[in-house]
Amino acid sequence: MIKIAVGREDFDIGAETLRVAGQGGGAIASFVGQVRDDGNLASLELEHYPAMTDKSLREIAETALSEWRLHAVTIVHRVGQLAVGDNIVLVVTGSDHRQAAIESCSFIMDRLKTVAPFWKKETRTDGATKWIEERASDVAASTKWKKQGK
Amino acid sequence: MTRSLTIIYFAWVRERLGIEQERIALGEGVETIDDVLAMLMDRDPAYAEIFSDVGKLRFALDQDYGLPSSAIGSAGELAIFPPVTGG
Repeated sequence: MIKIAVGREDFDIGAETLRVAGQGGGAIASFVGQVRDDGNLASLELEHYPAMTDKSLREIAETALSEWRLHAVTIVHRVGQLAVGDNIVLVVTGSDHRQAAIESCSFIMDRLKTVAPFWKKETRTDGATKWIEERASDVAASTKWKKQGK
Repeated sequence: MTRSLTIIYFAWVRERLGIEQERIALGEGVETIDDVLAMLMDRDPAYAEIFSDVGKLRFALDQDYGLPSSAIGSAGELAIFPPVTGG
């Protein structure tokens, strides 16, 4: 029902979507996050806190399962060195109805961005490196669900 | 018996301190995360600079989020890191 995967290897969006679809319901929603090309980004390094990451993602998936009627939740997140256009994160939710699938998928991403212990460090084409900072809009998006009791 | 605590650092906190983790003995009266920070800041000015603004830091005790005022209790691991930026 819940699948959590964190690792260096890429994921197969089609295969993961079909796996969720195979667990019942007729409404499947997914989100894929990739490394954005903003002009002079050379690469992105994803660090995480292994002992906490799996637990944190599982808690988010369990909250989604308790708040929406879902058949399956899959969260895959990559770590390590990534290039522009590479996949970073995949969330797939399966339900009987599209609203539950889409809303829960959105909730999982909003919560993941503010709670799951991952950190991004960017390297620019001129070699400069910088740790990416928390965005106020991400915090606001996560808080919005809290106000709904989720 | 002296209690000990493993402290683990991530992202720029780890880079600026130059260490991934360390094990410390908790002295008398060191009860909260704030107490641990104060103890480290007393010990070495490098910590003082990094820990001066706790608003820029997040904390986890045995892999659960905590606040500076949270009691260490029986936790064996304290993680100190910047706000997360995954996804």
